Amino acid sequence: MTVTDVKHAPAKQSKPVLAKPVERTWRQALRRDWRLYSFLVLPLIFLLVFRYVPMIGNVIAFRRFRPGGNPFGDEWVGFYYFRMFIHNEQFWNVFWNTVILGGLTLLIVFPLPIVLALLLNEVRARRFKKIVQTITYLPHFMSIVIVAGIVLQLTSVNGTVNQIIRALGGTAIPFMQEPGWFRSIYISSEAWQTVGWGTILYLAALTTIDDQLYEAARIDGAGRWRQTWHITLPGIRPTMMVLLILNIGSFMAVGFEKVLLLQNPIIYSTADVISTYLYRVGIQSSQFSYAAAIGLFESIIGLALVLSANFISRRLVGAGLW
Amino acid sequence: MVIETTAPDITAVSSSVAHVKPTRGVVAFRVANTVLLTAITLITIYPFINLVAKAFSSESYIAAGKVNLVPRGFNLATLDYVVGDSMFWINYKNTVVYTVVGTAVAMALTTTYAYALSRPQLKGRGFFTGIALFTMFFSGGLIPNYILVVNILHMRNSIWAVVLPGAISVFNLLVMKSFFENFPAELEEAAQLDGMSTYGVFFRIVLPLSKAVIATMVLFYAVSIWNSWFSAFLYLDKKELFPVTVYLRNLIAAATNSPDAVGSTDAVQIGANIQSVTMLLTVLPIVCLYPFIQKYFVSGVMLGSVKG
Repeated sequence: MTVTDVKHAPAKQSKPVLAKPVERTWRQALRRDWRLYSFLVLPLIFLLVFRYVPMIGNVIAFRRFRPGGNPFGDEWVGFYYFRMFIHNEQFWNVFWNTVILGGLTLLIVFPLPIVLALLLNEVRARRFKKIVQTITYLPHFMSIVIVAGIVLQLTSVNGTVNQIIRALGGTAIPFMQEPGWFRSIYISSEAWQTVGWGTILYLAALTTIDDQLYEAARIDGAGRWRQTWHITLPGIRPTMMVLLILNIGSFMAVGFEKVLLLQNPIIYSTADVISTYLYRVGIQSSQFSYAAAIGLFESIIGLALVLSANFISRRLVGAGLW
Repeated sequence: MVIETTAPDITAVSSSVAHVKPTRGVVAFRVANTVLLTAITLITIYPFINLVAKAFSSESYIAAGKVNLVPRGFNLATLDYVVGDSMFWINYKNTVVYTVVGTAVAMALTTTYAYALSRPQLKGRGFFTGIALFTMFFSGGLIPNYILVVNILHMRNSIWAVVLPGAISVFNLLVMKSFFENFPAELEEAAQLDGMSTYGVFFRIVLPLSKAVIATMVLFYAVSIWNSWFSAFLYLDKKELFPVTVYLRNLIAAATNSPDAVGSTDAVQIGANIQSVTMLLTVLPIVCLYPFIQKYFVSGVMLGSVKG
């Protein structure tokens, strides 16, 4: 399963010729392929219980939930909990923190793997390239707990960042106690953790660009920059669009676990996001209905963002997720 | 940290300029590119080197902000201390158990589901694929999941709370499905002519011939469960049930949020060496398996991307 396989894979995507899908009734299909359907039973039960029941469980956003009472709530209260958070100043603080952090991630972290992939693609020394790839992929495999631990150590008063500041004659900054620093630290750690691994799909897309295009461009007198601009970038555009749409879909969820591990009450004014806020009010303070309303609001925005990003992408560049 | 790997290496594009005499601009670019990539690599690796250095340094040097690349005041006392904590090993063992059981459950569900979805004769394929795909873009959310696990299924303080909720990853499902779709149909037809049932074909022909993709998926699930902490943090409150990631999280939280930590400058440094040792021991299996992990992960991600 190497790159060469992947390159040829699209060619052999013709469906296996086994049994042309003959139109059958459900009864016939079940009788003929019951063994195959038996494979579906456990996975479907799983999806139903662990994916769809929680979706239905969101009704508690519209019902009053009492601990120990009906898990789907005791009585209808309409949009009571939605009005409650819409009129809550703290909610809007975490809402804008989420938008800013998500926006910065998209703006800064998303393009970095593209740049790194282009740079790696220019490297001729195979060994050097392999070393760079091996090392930059590594942070992707670390537990988020370890990443957070590393970040907290590096930014602590005696950590490396402050060692450098002191060496340059500055005074140490208690980064994790100053709200103004949180976004920079979060974005840097995201970049550190994801930039290398993010190059894989771009590097694969780059190999599929026809060499003859470069040949032709060179004959037409195009320099390296123009080749990159007119051939390389359009060549990886479908990959870029798919990843962009997926990223937009997780925009509202902004690295919940990492933020939760990095934040502390002193820096809530910038470091608290919707998901961590709803964790606190929901799980820690047991305001289930209120937190579920916020969660539902967040999921619906997320879904709407994916759908519209996909729609726009298909209209503009003809590539999308579906 | 130079690990020999068989990761794909893509040089095809730049080879097209091989026969052209490099201009000065090209040479300058190559030098700048190499310098930049070296810098990125060093920045990426530095935190790990720093971690190792801190793990073997004495507390006083760390607190004085003097530890960066090499251990200062070298000692193994911290290692002894962490290794001597029986709770650490109990939690470490839990991580292993959760990873093995979780991976087994996830593989059983994913493989059978993916195989069924890949068969063209399955009526309702689109529907069965769709209900899995939809969960990628819309999920129940934290609170309903919590109520399900705690109030409906009563799984608090049970291994199943850690292992079950994440069992099917839709991405992995799609990777396997596309692999099975490209499976040579002739083999299965021949087996069916010999009177083998779907079960026989699946267990005796398809699975043994899918070792590569199965290994990839096992690694995908195992690494993600090994690294996970949140569901354990959420659903377990008995110390002796924690996985090692939660042990580590609590260690860090205790150092950061201890009552006198607020405002105190060296609070995070209390136990920085202990934290470092624990982190090192936690990532150790991943680092040891890294050459395999990297190879299989890269191929898995690409396999998934083919299908999109």
